[in-house]
Amino acid sequence: MSLHLLRLGDDALVLGQRLCQWITRAPTVDEDLALSNIALDLIGHARALFTRAGALDGTGRTEDDFAYARSDREFTNALLTELPNGDFATTVARQLAYTHYAVLFYEALAHSADTELAAFGSRAAKEVAFHRMHADRWTVTLGRGTEESARRMRHGLERVWPYTGELFEEDAVLRRLAASGTAPSPAPLYETWLWQVTAVVAEAGLTAPTPTWSARGGRAGLHTEEFGPLVAELQSVRRQFPGGTW
Amino acid sequence: MSGSAQAEVRLSAPEVRERVGALPDPELPVIGLGDLGVVGAVAPGADGVLEVEITPTYLGCPALPEITAAVREVLIACGHPEGRVRQVLAPPWTTDRITREGRRKLAAHGIAPPASPAPDGAVPVELAGVPCPRCGSRATRPHSPFGPSRCQSVLWCTACREPFPHMTAL
Repeated sequence: MSLHLLRLGDDALVLGQRLCQWITRAPTVDEDLALSNIALDLIGHARALFTRAGALDGTGRTEDDFAYARSDREFTNALLTELPNGDFATTVARQLAYTHYAVLFYEALAHSADTELAAFGSRAAKEVAFHRMHADRWTVTLGRGTEESARRMRHGLERVWPYTGELFEEDAVLRRLAASGTAPSPAPLYETWLWQVTAVVAEAGLTAPTPTWSARGGRAGLHTEEFGPLVAELQSVRRQFPGGTW
Repeated sequence: MSGSAQAEVRLSAPEVRERVGALPDPELPVIGLGDLGVVGAVAPGADGVLEVEITPTYLGCPALPEITAAVREVLIACGHPEGRVRQVLAPPWTTDRITREGRRKLAAHGIAPPASPAPDGAVPVELAGVPCPRCGSRATRPHSPFGPSRCQSVLWCTACREPFPHMTAL
């Protein structure tokens, strides 16, 4: 169980960290606020998931231990969440893919047999639904904007789409959890997800890509080239001031 | 409940609850934690230690550690140094938990409060925009769904031509 909570927490933390890189660089001040607010929510989700994971695995590790005292290889986030921001349209495409998946997953988690996880799921689903609204709106705005914004949105979708399959991967851990009613398997959510994102992309006047390959490895700790610097940045303060608290 | 602790003044659970409720919210100091609806039950746990339940507004609310520390100080001041703060996620916090007094205070400080909960659970229908806390006009429109803090969005008043924060209904 704690293994799976770590994966979810890693998804939220890594994507939150990526979004933080937009601060002071977003296209407008409003967008700066939007992306940092979304990042804040995600980091909040990660904290709750890490705390629970540490309590469950018997090691007593804290949220800080998980975020700051693990190596690159120990992070089990889906590769989608660590993809570089690219231009704004690529970030929007990444948000579109993640938020539609996360709402579906957390809504399913709200029915978990574990009451604490269920409470977390229903709460997190509401928050991510707000992020989804933001992603949907931008996808349509850029798709229906100028020729250039539509081109970039199309490029963004093509860039991130090969990484979406990994979100719905099922393994022995997930099958066991699903069987016990503790956590839903993401695999059956894929059809709904595809239908939803396709509808948004169509409203934007674009077509959802059909990738010829699918990235995997994140859940096993195998990451992209760009992941090292991200973790280094995330952990830099803790490395300079070991044991520091803030 | 050791013998020595009995000598101290120990305030009752309702008294502690009142003091915790009066604490200002770190992000919205105009409103107390009680009026914001984040304070749950204040009662002794299974081991007899006084517990204060806190329901976070948002999971990533950056004020949570501050709130927890402030509640702990109240517990100590009230003669419950061993008291605990417990985060409760179910049922989740919604803006319906903000009291009438809380809504009044928000409006008085230029933050448009979220729509009031309907008394019988019916969905309130808003025929016009959120009223501007400055001039009262309902000729307002959304500007940015994300505002100065996680629970606020920004609206635009077309009458007085000023933006204003609105506590997002949740």
